Amino acid sequence: MSSPAPPVRSLAGLTRSSAEPEADRPPKIQVDALNFFYGATRALQDITLRIQPNLVTAFIGPSGCGKSTFLRALNRMNDIIPGTRVEGRVLIDASDIYGPGVDVVALRRRVGMVFQKSNPFPKSIFDNVAYGLRINGMAGSRSELAGRVEESLRQAALWDEVSDRLHVSALTLSGGQQQRLCIARALAIRPDILLMDEPASALDPIATQRIEELVYELKQAYTIVIVTHNMQQAARVSDHTAFFWLGRLIEYDRTDRIFTNPAEKLTEDYVTGRFG
Amino acid sequence: MRDPGTRASARRRALDLGFQAVALVILCLALAALGALIVDVWRDGASRLSWDFLTSFPSRRPADAGIWHALTGSIVVILVTAALAAPIGVGAAIYLEEYGSRSLLARLVEINITNLAAVPSIIYGLLGLGLFVRALGMGRSVLAGASTLALLVLPMIILATREALRAVPPSIREGSYALGATRWQTVWYQVLPVALPGILTGAILALSRAIGETAPLITIGALTFVAFAPDGLWSPFTVLPIQIFNWVSRPQPAFQVNAAAAILVLLALLLTMNGAAIWLRDRYQRKQA
Repeated sequence: MSSPAPPVRSLAGLTRSSAEPEADRPPKIQVDALNFFYGATRALQDITLRIQPNLVTAFIGPSGCGKSTFLRALNRMNDIIPGTRVEGRVLIDASDIYGPGVDVVALRRRVGMVFQKSNPFPKSIFDNVAYGLRINGMAGSRSELAGRVEESLRQAALWDEVSDRLHVSALTLSGGQQQRLCIARALAIRPDILLMDEPASALDPIATQRIEELVYELKQAYTIVIVTHNMQQAARVSDHTAFFWLGRLIEYDRTDRIFTNPAEKLTEDYVTGRFG
Repeated sequence: MRDPGTRASARRRALDLGFQAVALVILCLALAALGALIVDVWRDGASRLSWDFLTSFPSRRPADAGIWHALTGSIVVILVTAALAAPIGVGAAIYLEEYGSRSLLARLVEINITNLAAVPSIIYGLLGLGLFVRALGMGRSVLAGASTLALLVLPMIILATREALRAVPPSIREGSYALGATRWQTVWYQVLPVALPGILTGAILALSRAIGETAPLITIGALTFVAFAPDGLWSPFTVLPIQIFNWVSRPQPAFQVNAAAAILVLLALLLTMNGAAIWLRDRYQRKQA
């Protein structure tokens, strides 16, 4: 699992490691032997993996397998929870985000996050998107701010639905719209990486489809990591898939391989619905 | 066909109705006691209520005596109390809830604050006498009285604010942190606005308790007879409850009527404050909905 990054492969797929899809670029995120503890409970055990830029990487696995914990370790959102502890390294663009002197606030600006349950602020649609720009001092003039808000809402495919009521409370939007608003809010501050924690699990199929289309478009510009309970969703939207089980990374590979020809029996049993 | 569960569910419905009836009776008892008090005071004092009564200074002749000095005293003291207690109380609660909520020190402080909220108000009066009136040399001034009352309501404001902060959904904090907000930005821009209705309600209810306090102000030496309205922070003063206490202890029956009328004014003041609390809460809740 801790073998060095495979060199560029000319014949992709002929040889492979069960825990590493082949890579032709330096990784965006590199995790080395990550252990995570809630108090005395070890929630993640020796996770090592590399996440490629401009791809969608899906984390799948049964409830409580650690995939959400792992996702939240990538922007240090777990820091908020008291009594948690991290061992190991997480490198983003080759610098350790758990290293000494790391500015967590600056880290979270680069690594955006969308939560399982949409959590718009009880403010207007405009203010929801503008908040990140304002607190990070990224909005020079009023017109610049308005432009960035519009751009973000367009990127999140929400602009056409809300352009005539930007100053209405965000809580009046439907669940799917609220979730796209949260995506727009995350995109507004132009992160490099977008972490999505089951972003469609509370949505109906049509809203889910819109989010999935969005993920597909966004990967042109962002590195996306998505946790999902829904195997079809992982198969549809992701390029690479990592399968977690009981706090361990069981298998990590190209999504098509994970779903058609996994190396591990456990993975096969899970993706074919034999347990989970 | 007869549903086998019918009898059981009929009994459950009867129990439900019975419980509702008992609760209603208890509510009526509580309201009746309050109603009797108001009716009694109203009968004694309503005839005395007039514009002159509100705007006159005290007098040895009950018919000429008014409450202008005490009414303005109460209002000025409570405003200064609010100005002192609200920022300190809210600030302390923010620290305890958002910054230090897990440390041993914070937990010790919390236990002590809960205890302080139950300390008899006369103890605060003694503290105020020693600290503000004597040690800090404020004398028997509005500032000393308001500082004493501020100490009295501080624990209540801290507890109410903590409750309001705790009721803010964690998802709002997470959303803010995930956008690269600092703790301070998260508290100021997201948590406080959501908690504000609860904080305001708690603070106003605490202040409406302070406006009815007599003992601590008598302890620090608020005057029972002043012939002027307070004209600043250093002015001597009296307040409505002290004036009422003073009149009730007079032998002449006409002063008892004055006391009843003053009680009506105090009740109206309390009602106004509590009404303001409800109005503010509704207004902010509607703004956020």
